[in-house]
Amino acid sequence: MAEAGGVGSPTPDSAGLYRTVRLIRRFEEHAVELVHAGHVFGGIHPYTGQEAIAAGTCAALREDDLITSTHRGHGHVLAKGADPARMMAEIAGRATGLNQGRGGSMHAADFGIGILGANAIVGAAAPIATGAAWAARCAGSDRVVVTYFGDGAVSQGVVLETFNLASLWHAPVVFVCENNGFATTTRTADAVAGSITGRAEAFGIPAERVDGMDPEAVFAATARAVERARRQEGPTLLECVTYRYDAHHTWEHAARPRYRTPEEVQLGRFLDPLDIQGARIDDGLRARIDADIEALLDEAVRFALDSPHPDPATALDHLYADGTIARAGAL
Amino acid sequence: MTILSYLKALNRAVSDEMARDPAVCVFGEDVRVAVTNVTAGLVKKFGPERVLDMPISEQAFTGIATGAAMAGRRPLIEYQIPALLFIAFEQIVNQAHKFSLMTGGQTRVPVTYLIPSSGSRDGWAGQHSDHPYSLFAHVGVKTAVPATPADAYGLLVSAIRDDDPVVVFAPAGAMGRREDVDLAQLAPVPLGVGRTHRAGTDVTVVAVGHLVHDALEVAEELADTIDVEVFDPRSLYPFDWQGLAASLERTGRLVVIDDSNRSCGIGGEILATAAEQMRLVAPPKRITRPDGAVLPFAEGLDRALQPTREQLRHAIHGVMKAGETKKEERP
Repeated sequence: MAEAGGVGSPTPDSAGLYRTVRLIRRFEEHAVELVHAGHVFGGIHPYTGQEAIAAGTCAALREDDLITSTHRGHGHVLAKGADPARMMAEIAGRATGLNQGRGGSMHAADFGIGILGANAIVGAAAPIATGAAWAARCAGSDRVVVTYFGDGAVSQGVVLETFNLASLWHAPVVFVCENNGFATTTRTADAVAGSITGRAEAFGIPAERVDGMDPEAVFAATARAVERARRQEGPTLLECVTYRYDAHHTWEHAARPRYRTPEEVQLGRFLDPLDIQGARIDDGLRARIDADIEALLDEAVRFALDSPHPDPATALDHLYADGTIARAGAL
Repeated sequence: MTILSYLKALNRAVSDEMARDPAVCVFGEDVRVAVTNVTAGLVKKFGPERVLDMPISEQAFTGIATGAAMAGRRPLIEYQIPALLFIAFEQIVNQAHKFSLMTGGQTRVPVTYLIPSSGSRDGWAGQHSDHPYSLFAHVGVKTAVPATPADAYGLLVSAIRDDDPVVVFAPAGAMGRREDVDLAQLAPVPLGVGRTHRAGTDVTVVAVGHLVHDALEVAEELADTIDVEVFDPRSLYPFDWQGLAASLERTGRLVVIDDSNRSCGIGGEILATAAEQMRLVAPPKRITRPDGAVLPFAEGLDRALQPTREQLRHAIHGVMKAGETKKEERP
C-alpha cells in the first residue's frame, strides 16, 4: 500500500471539486440527449457515476502535467480543463471540435493543456503515458503523467509490461484504475484473478484502493501519488472503486443486454459523488455552481450544434505530419 | 573512397543522427551489447540514457516510444526479428500511425522501426523469416526497403528525421553488401524517390530490397538480347509512381520481383497501378513468394518459396514474347 509521503495533506478545494463533478455529470446527460436526438454519429460511453475520479485526480495535477484517457474519457478531458463547448463539438463531429471532428468521443485530445488523447484500445495508453513521463524526466522536468484505464485493462498484457518498465525506470506516472465493476458486461470478479492492487505490487509499485465515489478521497490519494512521482520515487497505482450508472455504451439503451438488474443499478446509484461532494459546500454556493454550469452547457450545446461540419474534401487531412498525400480511393 | 558495408551504413546513420540531434534515442533488446552490430559503439558514445536495453516487452516499449515521441523525442526501435512487428502491430499501426489524423494534427509521432535482417536469413524457419513490408504499405505506414549500403544510410537518416512513424526493413539478403563510397558524399535519401540502377529500353524490372541485386545480375546475363531497366522503388510507401510511369513510358513492359506473399503484396499493387494508369504493351508479371507462405526450415524448402533469378528470367522472356505479339497486332 502507498506510503504516507512527506508532504502533509494538501487541502482539497471542496467547491472546485463539486463544480467539476457537476460539470461532468451534466455534460454527460446533455451528450446522451444529443445521441438520442441523432446529433452524434454513433454513440458515447457515458462516464456518469465515475465523476469523482476525474475530478479528484485532475485537481491534484498542475496545468503542465499530462494525462491519457480512455474510451470513457469525457470526464478526464473536462476535468483537465478542456473547453466543454469544443468537447461537445467534437462529440457532435464538428469542425470546431477539439480534434476538428476527426477523433470524436473516444479520441478527444488537447495537447495544449496536457491531454495526450483518449484512447479506444483498452490499456493502450499506459505505455504512451509512461513514454511521455520518461521523456519529461529526461528533459529535466518534474512533470507527472496520469494514465487512466478500467478494470478490464489490468488483464491486457501491454499494461502489465508497462508496470514492469515504469517501475524499473521509476517513471513519474500515476496509474489510475477505474474499477467500475464491469469490463463491458463481464464482472471484475470473473475477469481478474488475484487483485488489481496485487498486480501492481508484484512489480514493486505501491498500490492503494481508494473510494472512487468520493472526490476528496481520490484527491488525497492522487496528491500522495503525484508527490511521490515528482520526487522521482516512481509510479503508484490507485484502484478507484466506483460504479458506472449508465450503459457501457449508448447502444445499450436500445439493445438492453442483461448483465445487471435494475435493482443492482439502483443500489449502485445509492452512492453518488454529486451528493457526497455537494454535502460539503453550502446550499447557496451549490445552487450558484449548478446555475453556472447549466448556462455553460447550454452554450456548449448551442456552440456544437451551430458549428459547421468538416468539409469531406479534408477527410485525409493530417494523416501525415509532413503533408505526404495519400492516393485517393478512386482515380 | 572507402568500402562501406550495409551494416556499417546502418550503424553510421544512427550514430550520425544521434550526434546531430539529442532527441534521437535507441530502444531495443540487447542494443547496448549490440548483438546485431547495428548499434555497436553507441552506448559508449552517447551513454545509457540514450541507448536503452529493453526487456522482452515489444508491446510496451513500442508504446513507450510513441509517448516519448509525442513528448519531443525521436526514438529508433530495433527489432531483432521481423515477426516482432506482429506483436507490436497494434502499437505501430493503431496507435503511432493514427495519432496525427485522429488528433486533427495536434501531435506527431516520429519513431523509426528498424528491422536488421528481414526476410529469410538462412535456417531460422517459420517464425523468424517473414518479410512483411507490404503490410505496412497497406496500412499506410511509411516503409523503406534499402538495397545498397548508401541507400541504407540515406533512407535510415531520412526515416529518423521524418515526423511520422517509418518502418525500415534491411533485408538479410542485402546485409552482406559492400560498396565503394565517398563517405563525404553520403546523404539522406528522400522517401518516395526510386532509383534506376540500370537503364534499359525493353522491359522494366521493379525489384524490392535484396532482389535488386538479383535483378541486376539477370539483366547483365540477358544484356545481349534484352535491354532490361532495373528500377528500385527504395520506399514502398510513399511509392515513386512517377518514376515507375516514366520507366514504363520507355519500356512498356513490366516485371516485378517482390519477396512478399502473393496475395495483397506490393507486387500486386504495382501491377494494378501500372495496368490502370501507365503504358503497357504486354500483360505484366510478378515473381513473389507463394500465397500465405510460411518458410519451412530445410534449406531446399526455404529456397523453394522465395523468388528466384530463374523465375525472373522466365518472366522477362514471357513479357517480351507477349509484347512482340502485341506489337505485331498494332496497325
